[in-house]
Amino acid sequence: MSTQAIGSTTGTAIPDFYVREEEHHADGGSTMLGFWLYLMSDCFIFAVLFATYAVLGNSYAGGPGPRELFELPLIALNTAMLLLSSITYGFAMLTMAQGRQAATQGWLAITGLFGLGFLGIELYEFTHLIAAGAGPWTSGFLSAFFTLVGTHGLHVTFGIIWLVTLMIQVAQKGLIPANRRRLMCLSMFWHFLDVVWIGVFTFVYLMGVL
Amino acid sequence: MSLPLPVADSPILGRLSLAALPLHEPILVVTFIGVAIGGIAVLGLITWYRWWGILWRDWITSVDHKKIGIMYMVLGIIMLLRGFSDALMMRAQQAVAFGSNQGYLPPEHYDQIFTAHGVIMIFFVAMPLVTGLMNYIVPLQIGARDVAFPFLNNFSFWMTTSGAVLTMISLFVGVYARTGWLAYPPLSGLEFSPDVGVDYYIWGLQIAGVGTLLSGINLIATIVKLRAPGMTMMKMPVFTWTALCTNVLIVAVFPVLTATLVLLSLDRYLDFHFFTNNLGGNPMMYVNLIWIWGHPEVYILILPLFGVYSEVVPTFTGKRLFGYSSMVYATVVITILSYLVWLHHFFTMGSGASVNSFFGITTMIISIPTGAKIFNWLFTMYRGRIRFELPMMWTIAFMLTFVIGGMTGVMLAVPPADFVLHNSLFLIAHFHNVIIGGVLFGLFAAINYWWPKATGFRLETKWGKRSFWLWVSGFWCAFAPLYVLGLMGVTRRLRHFDDMSLQVYFVIAAFGALLIAGGILCFLIQIGVSVLHRDELRDTTGDPWGGRALEWSTSSPPPEYNFAFTPVIHDHDAWWDMKTRGSERPTEGFRAIHMPSNTGAGFILAGISLVLGFAMVWHIWWLAALSFAGLIVTAIAHTFNYRRDHHIPVDEVVRTEAARTAQLAAQG
Amino acid sequence: MIRRCSLARRLKSGAKALSVVGVAALLAGCNAVVLAPAGDVAAQQRDLLVISVVLMLLVIVPVMVLIVLFAWRYRESNEDATYAPDWDHSTKIELVIWSVPLLIIICLGAVTWLGTHVLDPYRPIERLEHARPVDPAVKPIEVDVVALDWKWLFIYPEYGIATVNEMAAPVDRPIQFKITASSVMNSFYIPALAGQIYAMPGMETMLHAVINRPGVYDGFSANYSGAGFSGMRFKFHGLDHAGFEQWVATAKASGRTLDRAAYTALARPSENVPVMRFATVEHGLYSAALNMCVTPGTPCMADTMMKDAHTAGQSMAQAMDMPHGAADSAHRPPAPSLSQPITGAGLIAPAERAREGDRQTL
Repeated sequence: MSTQAIGSTTGTAIPDFYVREEEHHADGGSTMLGFWLYLMSDCFIFAVLFATYAVLGNSYAGGPGPRELFELPLIALNTAMLLLSSITYGFAMLTMAQGRQAATQGWLAITGLFGLGFLGIELYEFTHLIAAGAGPWTSGFLSAFFTLVGTHGLHVTFGIIWLVTLMIQVAQKGLIPANRRRLMCLSMFWHFLDVVWIGVFTFVYLMGVL
Repeated sequence: MSLPLPVADSPILGRLSLAALPLHEPILVVTFIGVAIGGIAVLGLITWYRWWGILWRDWITSVDHKKIGIMYMVLGIIMLLRGFSDALMMRAQQAVAFGSNQGYLPPEHYDQIFTAHGVIMIFFVAMPLVTGLMNYIVPLQIGARDVAFPFLNNFSFWMTTSGAVLTMISLFVGVYARTGWLAYPPLSGLEFSPDVGVDYYIWGLQIAGVGTLLSGINLIATIVKLRAPGMTMMKMPVFTWTALCTNVLIVAVFPVLTATLVLLSLDRYLDFHFFTNNLGGNPMMYVNLIWIWGHPEVYILILPLFGVYSEVVPTFTGKRLFGYSSMVYATVVITILSYLVWLHHFFTMGSGASVNSFFGITTMIISIPTGAKIFNWLFTMYRGRIRFELPMMWTIAFMLTFVIGGMTGVMLAVPPADFVLHNSLFLIAHFHNVIIGGVLFGLFAAINYWWPKATGFRLETKWGKRSFWLWVSGFWCAFAPLYVLGLMGVTRRLRHFDDMSLQVYFVIAAFGALLIAGGILCFLIQIGVSVLHRDELRDTTGDPWGGRALEWSTSSPPPEYNFAFTPVIHDHDAWWDMKTRGSERPTEGFRAIHMPSNTGAGFILAGISLVLGFAMVWHIWWLAALSFAGLIVTAIAHTFNYRRDHHIPVDEVVRTEAARTAQLAAQG
Repeated sequence: MIRRCSLARRLKSGAKALSVVGVAALLAGCNAVVLAPAGDVAAQQRDLLVISVVLMLLVIVPVMVLIVLFAWRYRESNEDATYAPDWDHSTKIELVIWSVPLLIIICLGAVTWLGTHVLDPYRPIERLEHARPVDPAVKPIEVDVVALDWKWLFIYPEYGIATVNEMAAPVDRPIQFKITASSVMNSFYIPALAGQIYAMPGMETMLHAVINRPGVYDGFSANYSGAGFSGMRFKFHGLDHAGFEQWVATAKASGRTLDRAAYTALARPSENVPVMRFATVEHGLYSAALNMCVTPGTPCMADTMMKDAHTAGQSMAQAMDMPHGAADSAHRPPAPSLSQPITGAGLIAPAERAREGDRQTL
């Protein structure tokens, strides 16, 4: 934003009250702030779900608890997938900064594949639990578990849809400022999901099983 | 094992059938006929005058914050009529249902009415009016040309409207919730509310909630990023400050509401056990969560109106606001404290004494900054030159009314005292005292104050004063008896009474409601008369009241781009500063102005959301899936549109500004 | 100096307004049960109400007077009044407008903290009235209250009787209410006796109170609970010793038994239910109602919670590498913190209540 103010011509002590030589506002100057605010609001959704899990985490309704249900090695693999996807997204952003479109697209694709892998394992875990008679309708604990983990999974799903959309748009228009901005937003979103997952992994899985 | 999905009645229509139409309810049938005739008349008029194109191009698809602000206000006023009809029906029922007389409303109808009254008044009257006000005024006050995300703004408005429409549909198709406005489980759970009422409640609020959240993000980004040069935080007008704090609250608490309602939906739709009585559910958790949203919500409503009073009082006393910085700090303190008081809504749930006292005392502490604000307005009046125009009259009425509401609020904050007054009509009188006396009086002050800015002509005062006196006297007449009834141990939401000695109080309260009805009628007449006499009431100056903030520096109504040149700020009464220091309005050197382009995407997305909500309410799964997919596809398609802005050509700016120069010159 | 003269005016008008409010309170006291209750707990709650009003009026009255005064004095047409358009700050005034309310809130906060603890509904009462302490030898009368759709069930374990939509208690004997609900949330409230407390399914709240004057008082649900809510009312009889004995005898004379089947029938939704009396109550019925296992075959919440505590305890014991912990945990109270409801500082977990019941059975 330009703040170049040209004084009024009288030359007295009256200060300048208008910006006369105004540059254009840089497009989307508020986008990052706005997206950050959205992420903070999303944080509150997860806060509610974590709090709910904290309250209902021991309400097994006579049913199974975390020890009987969770398979840590599988979850560790899952966590590794998501962490790696954050790293590969980081590479995508680095190559984007260098203006290397093909490399950016490549890293984005790898990120998406890791995301899909993560989702696949999560779906496997869910179907496995449901088949074992531990569906979300079994107890307050399982309701809270499926909702917390599932909401995160839904976010990842939307992240992947968004990622594919952006890859198409980058292919169409190239790394124009609008697309760079969008990639930055998705980057924040993706890392945010990573942070939330670390909370889920620690709070739900590690503390539940160990 | 299969998913225990609720069994749909029909694969095509879900739970929907002809039986869902309330053909056996004469009140609803008559209402429907009235609404239908009115609706057809309006549509006919629009077609007759060929307004469809104008409506679509200039309003529905508009991303202009001013037009969106006006549309929010219109929505709020229309919904006020619905919410107030509910109030009249309740007052009428309670005035007659004594002894052997059961009144004219059976429980299944009466219980919907008090639920709908609360929901509509908070979500679809107060929220749109407050949001509309912020939308209109904030960019003008900070010297911006629009909000940070103009498309989102349009989308937010239409989502709010979709939520309102879905709630209104429940009047004629199916039923609304019979749970009270916060829908506490287990009562709102599937076991005790199996019909569509609570589902209407959930989806109406979820859809509108998306709009509210996005508009909150939008306004924060606008205030943080788009202030004119020189406007530091401590030079922002107080209304903008309160808008900032309100939107911070919105962003922080509306997700809590969304999440809570999602959990309730999971209980209802997929047999989860968050708030059920059995299998480990915990209904108390819902009560906590909903109030973690609900209490800050009260401040979301009142804070912007505190801002309005802070604009009105200096203007009509011709004085700088007393204690600007203490006003700002008070606002921020209230914002923070409002998160720490939620439990005072259920002291009676059996928390320990220490927990209860903690929340009681934090509640009382809020009264300190609130009191400081009252004092600041008071000392702004001191040694002023007070002009009793309508906005100032509403403000004085607010100050006198609100302190009583504040006092009764602190009474309720003492836990043992709350044990005897909780859920009583005393509580009802208290929160109407602060919401009508604080929010609504403020909205009337604001509407009378900024109307000339938005339309170019003033509201006339004769009907305005009638409306004022009817509202103020009607308020006290309707709610003073409720205070007394509360002290007589009468609880809320009762449909019938045995004790005949109470009747006289309810009759007085009903009379008060009629006075308020007169106040609303006079307000509508005031608008009608003003439109008819707009030429006599014309404001050509852009500054009809001797205003102090930047919105008064531009024409009435402002041009699409608000300011041909972005103003530079040196003082927190920026326009007053410009006037007193003899700043000249520039008349040459104009440039093309970069503006966002209109788009229909928001309207379409909100329309699909409405269909989605309706399909979910009625368990029409195919339609729900289809509309959900449609939502995703439309949203993605919208992101492929990169041409979202345009330039207003220099010629047009020059023409507009020349007209303004001529207008100003004409009045000397 | 405006400040000095406004202070004098403030004091004078404050005193006047206080006396007006006092008179109004007296007038209202004739029929406003909240202001003129018949039980000591409610009377103390009323006192807190009055104290808080008086404290706040110290500020409210001067403010209201000043609003009117300033509005009148500084009206535009009054050319005599001083006009100071740029005066917008005074440290002294700022100090006063923040500190005076602060001082009042400090007083009120102290009163609140003390009052809330003294009048904690879980806390057994210590006095019958001012200067009349409870005789430690007197055992409070226990009343188990169940909110049903849409009527109130009162069980008197000491007398083995139960009533619906009518309850009684002897004057000047402490009452201990144990309160739960069968389906949705209600609020148990007898304004003349004591403040209300929620009645919630699967949970137990408590209330301690005493009635000081004989009479018939209103009781009702103060939390909306569905279609029959308006008719969910009962009479509370404060009776002298003989009167209470007779009231119990009337119930005994009814000859009816409240067993699980009768309870299940009673729990079905019904409106404006007339008074019912039961001579005997099946043992452990209240405990079963609290634990939501009146229907045979339904698992009791207390048992489920014990089992859950065991499941949780197992994993915790493993975490702490204490293999013997698992065996112990069955006898420990339910797992701490996480299983507690957020607000649950004072709530009694059904599990503990059930153990109490077990002891009685043994």
